[in-house]
Amino acid sequence: MSEKIPAKQRLRDVVDSVYRAAWEAKERGEPVGWSSSKFPAEIPETLGLAVTYPENQAAGIAAKHGGQRLCEYAEGLGYSNDICGYARISLAYAAGAEADERPMPQPDFVLCCNNICNCMIKWYEAIARMHNIPLIMIDVPYNNTVDVPEARVAYVRAQFEDAIAQLEELTGRTWSNERFKEVCANANRSASAWLKACGYCSVKPSPLNGFDLFNHMADIVTARCKPETAEAFEQLAAEYEEGVAKGESTWHYDENYRIMFEGIPCWPELQALFKPLKDSGANTVAVVYAPAFGFQYTDVDDMARAYCRAPNSVCIEAGTAWRADLCKENQVDGILVHYNRSCKPWSGYMLEMERRWHDQLGVPVVGFDGDQADPRNFSEAQYQTRVQGLAELMAANKAAGGQGK
Amino acid sequence: MLFLGIDIGSAVSKCVITDETEAIRGKGLSPGGAGTGGPQAAVAMALADAGAAAGDIAATVATGYGRNLAAAADSTMSELSCHAAGAVKLYPGVRTVIDIGGQDAKVLSITPAGKLDSFIMNDKCAAGTGRFLEEMSRVLAVPIDEMADVAGRAAHELQISSTCVVFAETEVISRMAEGAAVGDVLAGIFAAIAARVGALAKRKGVVPEVVMTGGVAKNEGMRRALERELGTPIHVDPLAQYAGALGAALFASQSGL
Ligand code: SF4
Repeated sequence: MSEKIPAKQRLRDVVDSVYRAAWEAKERGEPVGWSSSKFPAEIPETLGLAVTYPENQAAGIAAKHGGQRLCEYAEGLGYSNDICGYARISLAYAAGAEADERPMPQPDFVLCCNNICNCMIKWYEAIARMHNIPLIMIDVPYNNTVDVPEARVAYVRAQFEDAIAQLEELTGRTWSNERFKEVCANANRSASAWLKACGYCSVKPSPLNGFDLFNHMADIVTARCKPETAEAFEQLAAEYEEGVAKGESTWHYDENYRIMFEGIPCWPELQALFKPLKDSGANTVAVVYAPAFGFQYTDVDDMARAYCRAPNSVCIEAGTAWRADLCKENQVDGILVHYNRSCKPWSGYMLEMERRWHDQLGVPVVGFDGDQADPRNFSEAQYQTRVQGLAELMAANKAAGGQGK
Repeated sequence: MLFLGIDIGSAVSKCVITDETEAIRGKGLSPGGAGTGGPQAAVAMALADAGAAAGDIAATVATGYGRNLAAAADSTMSELSCHAAGAVKLYPGVRTVIDIGGQDAKVLSITPAGKLDSFIMNDKCAAGTGRFLEEMSRVLAVPIDEMADVAGRAAHELQISSTCVVFAETEVISRMAEGAAVGDVLAGIFAAIAARVGALAKRKGVVPEVVMTGGVAKNEGMRRALERELGTPIHVDPLAQYAGALGAALFASQSGL
């Protein structure tokens, strides 16, 4: 009897197949797109278009230590080193820099949605100009209210229709409502299984380490509309369930403390990030970045609403509550905030969020400086001191009999 | 029974020996931080000061950036907890600790019960740290310990707008070339650091009593500039530079070894 393939491996295979499919499409002479991570993937998927994801590629390159090389390449082209590291890596690759860490075919069109950030717009415009290819844009305004107003839903939905029309014209493919329904059903199934898997972090002790979720995010970003993704996530959730039953965890150390890790990890420095957490037995049991990709919706308007809710596009009240609820549900003892030099929109409102969490949750909140892709912006010694300080504060709180409010 | 706290900083190593009553029995300070002979020299000085031998030490805790390199230590504690504990010991009633070390600046909030509540540290940039002052001392050829006196004679405070060490150096050189008085430039440098560290402190919330620790605390000019910036008196104990090592020694005595 053949061994069952672990979910981790299946998830990795699914992402590889996305990139493989893009290469095969290119070989067949079909157009290949590059898409921002929160562009409604349902649209290209319904049209059967091969699409790859520069943010995912950049994270992969950074994790394999190619980030600095590509960032410097982009800086050599004249891009400022203040620009997001993902953007610099992607612009370098688009301009011809080699990246054996995660190669992908050059684009024939780009799909951009600024629900994640506005840096995205200039980044994709630059790629479109470099390759002289069309840019299909979905503009999602920043949500300064907790609920998404109906006028905004209509505005975003109309842009879905426009994007579909542009892609039909560009690729000669025909839209099928039937197929769209199937794709949306797959996407919702993936999201639901993904959220279920993320939810196991609330079990004490947790059957997983939150950093696992960062790794599996590649699937929810690049392949959320595919049935094999949904199946792999369902298996992942089942494995966590089994872990709970058997008292096993993917975190192989003590769980003395449970923390929320806020922000994108420093991909080039995963070992360094991990070490002091491991040493002090601080397991990451809450990350907002991962469940933020679990888009669930009932119809097209609701889909527009879902795509309006990305971490950087919601107001500070919604963003604070989102994380505070997660901290309460998952019973965290402390919060570690990554002040990410790359991601200004994310890091910018952290100072105020930190203050609110400290007051609302009564747990220690500690920040460190780093970067998701550019290793030049991270200092291991400074990070270690801050994590040790956090662990000591959590220890003192526990000794005093508290876990926060 | 004696307990040893070693604070291995980026430029200076400090040691304090306490006894079971938490009284200070000896101290030592030597230039040279992590990776130099500084820590051993500071330990030897502290032992001599206490009239003790290495074998008399029941437990040792290391802190500071070089804490993980102190082979003789039984355990390590971050300088955040150690500076807090040391400052509370030196100044019971302290609610805010501002520590400016060789390569970082931190602000600690202390609870009314004398426990560390939270902290904030400078970002990666060396502006607002001891390193900045060292650089300026070199550029202006004024020894660190004379800086406060020279600045005290300033007719007016020049504005130094760069907080980057490299940019500030250029700015200072051009001010000097324009004929500015050294004292005026120095007063501007203190104000620039105070503004930067002050912003960190305000972010955390400044609750009196405020105490300054770390090597830069000895610098009278720096203390005065920070007092002006925060609008509150700042206490500096003669042992301010030893606060981290003292805290480490106190943790060693609590470790029950
Ligand atoms: S990391 Fe931040 S700045 Fe960069 S693309 Fe993502 S959201 Fe935008």
